[in-house]
Amino acid sequence: MTRYLARRLALAAGVVAGVVLLTFLIAHAVPGNPAASWAGPHASPAQVAAAAKYLGLDRPLPVQIAKYFAGIFTGNWGLSIHTHQSVLSNIATAAPASLELVIAALIIALAVGVPAGLVSARRPGRPADQAIRAGSILGVSMPIFWMALILQLVFAQRLHVLPVAGEYSPSLLFTNPLTKVTGFPVLDALFTGNWPMLGSTLSHLILPAVVVAAYPAGLISRMVRAQILDTVGETHVQMARALGLPERDVFGRYLMKLAWSPVSAAIALVFGYSLVNTFLVESIFDWPGLGSYAVASIGTLDTPAILGVTLFVAIAYVIANLIVDIVQAVIDPRIRLR
Amino acid sequence: MRFGARAVVDLDHLGVDDGEIVGLAGESGSGKSMTTLAVLGLANTVGATVAGSIKLDGTELVGLPEKVLIGLRGSRIAAIFQSPSMAFNPVFRVGDVALRALRRHGLTGSEATDRVDQAMRGVLLSPDLLRRYPSQLSGGQLQRVAIALAVALRAEVLLADEPTSALDVTVQAEVLELLRELRSRDGMSVLFISHDLAVIAELCDRVAVMQSGSIVEQGPAGQIMSAPEHPYTADLLASVPVIERRA
Amino acid sequence: MIEIPEAPAPAPAPAAALRTRGWLRSNPLLAAGGAVSALIVLAAVLAPLIAPDPGDAGSATHPFSVLKPPSAQHWFGTDQVGRDILSRVIYGARISPLVALFVLLIACAIGIPLGIAAGYFGGWLDDVIMRLTDIVLAFPALLLALALAALLPPSMTSLTIAISATWWPWYVRLIRGQAASVAGRPYIESCRALGISRRRIIFRHILPNAITPLIVQVSLDVGGVILTASALSFLGLGAQDPTPDWGLMVSEGQTYFTTDWWVVTFPGLAILITAFAFNLLGDGLRDLLDPRRVILR
Repeated sequence: MTRYLARRLALAAGVVAGVVLLTFLIAHAVPGNPAASWAGPHASPAQVAAAAKYLGLDRPLPVQIAKYFAGIFTGNWGLSIHTHQSVLSNIATAAPASLELVIAALIIALAVGVPAGLVSARRPGRPADQAIRAGSILGVSMPIFWMALILQLVFAQRLHVLPVAGEYSPSLLFTNPLTKVTGFPVLDALFTGNWPMLGSTLSHLILPAVVVAAYPAGLISRMVRAQILDTVGETHVQMARALGLPERDVFGRYLMKLAWSPVSAAIALVFGYSLVNTFLVESIFDWPGLGSYAVASIGTLDTPAILGVTLFVAIAYVIANLIVDIVQAVIDPRIRLR
Repeated sequence: MRFGARAVVDLDHLGVDDGEIVGLAGESGSGKSMTTLAVLGLANTVGATVAGSIKLDGTELVGLPEKVLIGLRGSRIAAIFQSPSMAFNPVFRVGDVALRALRRHGLTGSEATDRVDQAMRGVLLSPDLLRRYPSQLSGGQLQRVAIALAVALRAEVLLADEPTSALDVTVQAEVLELLRELRSRDGMSVLFISHDLAVIAELCDRVAVMQSGSIVEQGPAGQIMSAPEHPYTADLLASVPVIERRA
Repeated sequence: MIEIPEAPAPAPAPAAALRTRGWLRSNPLLAAGGAVSALIVLAAVLAPLIAPDPGDAGSATHPFSVLKPPSAQHWFGTDQVGRDILSRVIYGARISPLVALFVLLIACAIGIPLGIAAGYFGGWLDDVIMRLTDIVLAFPALLLALALAALLPPSMTSLTIAISATWWPWYVRLIRGQAASVAGRPYIESCRALGISRRRIIFRHILPNAITPLIVQVSLDVGGVILTASALSFLGLGAQDPTPDWGLMVSEGQTYFTTDWWVVTFPGLAILITAFAFNLLGDGLRDLLDPRRVILR
């Protein structure tokens, strides 16, 4: 088991390294002078040269790459050309909000997608199945930014059922200020027993999370259905029935467990996709996550920042995959015992 | 029994008495496995329908509500299947399904464990094996576990669908011996379905021969084997290779 | 004791088989998807004929009909410079599917040769190609496309290039899988033993087997590319005004959304329906072409 994990870890590290290298090369292939951006539009040539030296841009490319890699482990992810601050600290401030959103979205997606897939697979071809399939495909066809706008208009601005934007009600900052424990507003409110704040963070989380959950929910529902229908003809299913188990046990417990492995893989896959999706909706919901930082960095050709965000997303993606690998090994003894 | 408009199995009359081992012989595709599903009331899971009558001790099975059928399955009628390695869900421990089935039939957790353990010992296997995964057991062991599960559920009738076809000859002999023991010890009736006439001849009291979904001949094993009346039976017998000892 | 006496009785009507005339009824989703996709393509082709104000798809402005709600004259209303939204939406049908077409063509053009090379020849070539593919795949596609699109001057061409760069790895994987499985079959061995040239083997045996999953994958991907392209346009990295790209229209209409809902709603709806239709089509094709068509319950 540990050998399996060690192998996956090594592979993952290699992939992350490759990703960083690729980003570095792309960023440097692009025209533009980061030193000039750093120094500002009114800088003299001498100041630009000094900036270049400060940022280490006068060194040959391989040296820059090597220094960057070394810096990753020491926490030095470079300085953002735009904000002039440490990229790592920029990311650390913004990341929790995005992560909170993605995780909430995935939880919703699982809670909706798995039962839907099960119901769909129980009676394939019937109306319920057709409806759920159509719904799933609708979910994966949804333009996220549009759905965000529409839901915001309908639920927040017209019906006034949910808040419009932000992570929580700003007015609560005065009456029930939020102490930072984990950096995740919902968890912080929960751990400190700050109930008004908890209610506020949760209600603010609903709309954006539902929007981001649309795609994964559709995907998960289809995967569950496909996996179950794939295995429903196998002998062990008939055996379980022959022993007198009701259909809900056969499907809900026995067939479903077989489906978890590929479903987990799908979740890891969709994690990265959803993370970047949150970037799209952040501007619409005023969500203080990595999205605006990422988009701004790209707009200003802020190479260290771009590298930092890419690195972060790649690492998050890799960790998600590792977690899934562990889950798969736990569920499926065939992987463990090989 | 039919798939849509196509009748697949059309049995005139097939009966198994208490403590009797009846063989159902025929080639692949003659509809033998369908019979198992039909008796269990599971024909709909492969898209077939059953018309006519199937009786268990005089109780009509066809048309019973699903709830009643679930109660019957396992506890009165049990089944074992052709490929033992495929008959167990690979991500669950081998004993899991049976324990859950027993609890569904009303036993408590410890009662269920005791029953299954006892059954395992009855088939000469250690109860520890129940905690293993299917990939860790051999084909013969798995088939014996499957039989043990049927015993644990106190089934009166066992439908054995080609149980030895996927096994080595030596393991096969063990399984057959086990079935004989179950018959003499517990009075279990067995419907032994197989394409292997040699095995049927060895094990069964009575034999029914099936061709393309219908029974063409039925009778005591000895009689059928030595003096077949139907030409198809004669053909089947003739195709069994015989190793002759040259005197 | 078990008894099975039998009296045959007539059975109920069979469930619709796949290739009989019950096809339409048993595949409503595929039929709908195919029909709508065809309609969209038709609309794109006939745009100049069916759009009420073709000029509005270009740089025309009508300062006196700014932000008018949907009416008999303008079914979808007008946008912030007075252009008829219906016409722009219709012309927009020319853009998104075309981008999808090019992206997928490029992805195939890269993916097929690399995939065959990796799958058929195997060995170190396979390893190298697959590692490279893995690395690009590890990159969150949207992020990479975002970065590329931002680094290039904003235009539909840059958009197409950026998305293609993230899409090709899937096709390498797909083709490689097919090539590898076919190459391993015994009959390929006998082909080689008979002295049939490699080229012939590849073109006459490996490629045809890979076509079916390829078609399915392409039809499934059209929707995805359309969504990605519209997302990038929404961020301003693709089409530029006055191009009637749907994503761009949503982005432009954002500021007016709370009061003039139609500027955002209709273009976005167009994206949704187009992606939905093509996804239905792809899904239906996959079901149709999947050899394991029998559904057990």
